[in-house]
Amino acid sequence: MELMIAAALGILTTCGVFLILRARTFSVVLGLTLLSHAVNLFLFSMGRLTSGAPAIVGLTESSADPLPQALVLTAIVISFAMTAFVVVLSLKAAVELRNDHVDGENPNEDRP
Amino acid sequence: MTHLMILPVVIPMLAGAWLLVNHRASIGRQRVWSILSTSILVALGVWAVNAAQGDFQTYWLGNWQPPFGIVLVLDRLSAMMLLLAALLALFCVLYASRGSDREGSHFHALFQFQLMGINGAFLTGDLFNLFVFFEILLLASYALLLHGGGRARSRAGLHYVIINLLGSALFLLALGILYGLTGTLNMADLAVRIAAASPDDQTLLKGAALLLMVVFGIKAAILPLLFWLPRAYSASSAPVAALFAIMTKVGFYAMVRVLLIVFGLDAVQPLNAEVFLWLWPLALATLGLGAIGVLGAASLRTMAAYLVIMSSGLLMASFAMAEATILAASLFYLLHSTCLAAVFFLLADLIGRQRADGYDLLSVTAPLTHRWTLGTLFLVAAVSMAGLPPFSGFVSKAWLLQNAINHPHYLWLWGITLIAGLFMLAALSRAGSGWFWKPEPFTGRQRRKLDPARVATVSVLIGISGALALFAAPVMEYMTATAGQLYHPSAYVEAVLGEPATMTGVRAP
Repeated sequence: MELMIAAALGILTTCGVFLILRARTFSVVLGLTLLSHAVNLFLFSMGRLTSGAPAIVGLTESSADPLPQALVLTAIVISFAMTAFVVVLSLKAAVELRNDHVDGENPNEDRP
Repeated sequence: MTHLMILPVVIPMLAGAWLLVNHRASIGRQRVWSILSTSILVALGVWAVNAAQGDFQTYWLGNWQPPFGIVLVLDRLSAMMLLLAALLALFCVLYASRGSDREGSHFHALFQFQLMGINGAFLTGDLFNLFVFFEILLLASYALLLHGGGRARSRAGLHYVIINLLGSALFLLALGILYGLTGTLNMADLAVRIAAASPDDQTLLKGAALLLMVVFGIKAAILPLLFWLPRAYSASSAPVAALFAIMTKVGFYAMVRVLLIVFGLDAVQPLNAEVFLWLWPLALATLGLGAIGVLGAASLRTMAAYLVIMSSGLLMASFAMAEATILAASLFYLLHSTCLAAVFFLLADLIGRQRADGYDLLSVTAPLTHRWTLGTLFLVAAVSMAGLPPFSGFVSKAWLLQNAINHPHYLWLWGITLIAGLFMLAALSRAGSGWFWKPEPFTGRQRRKLDPARVATVSVLIGISGALALFAAPVMEYMTATAGQLYHPSAYVEAVLGEPATMTGVRAP
């Protein structure tokens, strides 16, 4: 399980960083989403990886740490709201600036 | 434990919620609520400064005992920041109530939520809670930055939002590392556990500390992470930009808090020494870049944005010298520079409205109405900002340089600060002479009215700078005690946890 989680984290982060460094708002938004997925997964795994252990103390012999689950829930809600906001903002910028470059203008296009 | 401590968070939250629900209420009513809420915050700030003179005040949210529950901690630093934020916000909201709040909807609601986030960040004693309050203030600031709409704001907003989202992701990574290693996120508890951490964990802890510095560096505008700032600040409307003057200081506050309390408990080999090593050259470079930016700015708003960067650089550089007396002086400078940066954003708007052409562009020479009033305001503000006597800029900078003289690397700080000051003086004199001396007298048909309320707001804010110089002795005394408190993290830990280092062995790593 460790290997799987580590691989998932690595792939998500790599893709996220790659997409964030692109010049179009759509890929940047996608990159931010992937990165926040990676972060959430990382935060979750910081409570140590256990299987078959509920997050309630006393039910079974071993119990999972409930706090990272609460933290990750908060982080998911926040990143969800932020993603919604940045999607709306990039749409607004694309309409107003008439292109979807993150700088608001495409340096390679011929200027009118 | 007094319930007054939670009010700086609850009052703006309720006011913001009320304003959001009743968004159809007349703008006059919205203003009354917003101003009322902000005035209460000022009163609470005064109470906090008085209450913090004694011991630490703690507040257990939901009566959950630390380190399990979230705890609010009021010490001298947070009290001072609360008062500063509330005062600044009061002037901003008064200025905005003269018309710029009507450019878009929900200005006052967003403003109150922003204050809620700022106050919460100053009060909290829990790192994850700090993250949540950061997100609250950021989300409100995204919307405030875009308030009024327009192409320039969308462009600037995009950069601002994306870099801050990236910062939030890094913040969570750092929190994850810290939690994974120590099993806690309470600042005092973290301090104890980090001081007692095994040598194997040192590298990871160092990584977490540096990640946190990157996050706070984005907020506080440290050199490689500041290029979003000039565009964002100069695109937003005047009262919003003036309020944003406190935002870089929130980053600085978090830096001070986390480095000195969380990573500073170990007396022999504290982890923060490593971070200071990075902070020092970067902060000096920030200061230098700010000075060049001030000299090269094309409009007064951009110049004010670079003034913010300069003050941030000086604050962080003096903090990186890691001495209590120097920190005391830089906290004084923080008060001064926040007020004055806000003044310049408001002045840019005030003067821009009276010019026949060009708004606040420095390259345009346009006739100007009310030259005498505006010129006097600008002169006083510029003299104070550039650090000439007799205003607070001089007092705070002189005190800072004087305290720094015993530090082995003081020449760097002296040299760059003084040269930066000279650059600032040159830029401000050029702006002033181009605007107030060069143009022809105003011959337009209709004389534009100068709004007395706006002028009064700006004048009183400038007056604070004079008052800071006049009552410098009690302020300096307060700052010295504040810095002393910050450099004794064990007292903080004891106040929050009751007895230090009692909670061990709860989690086996």
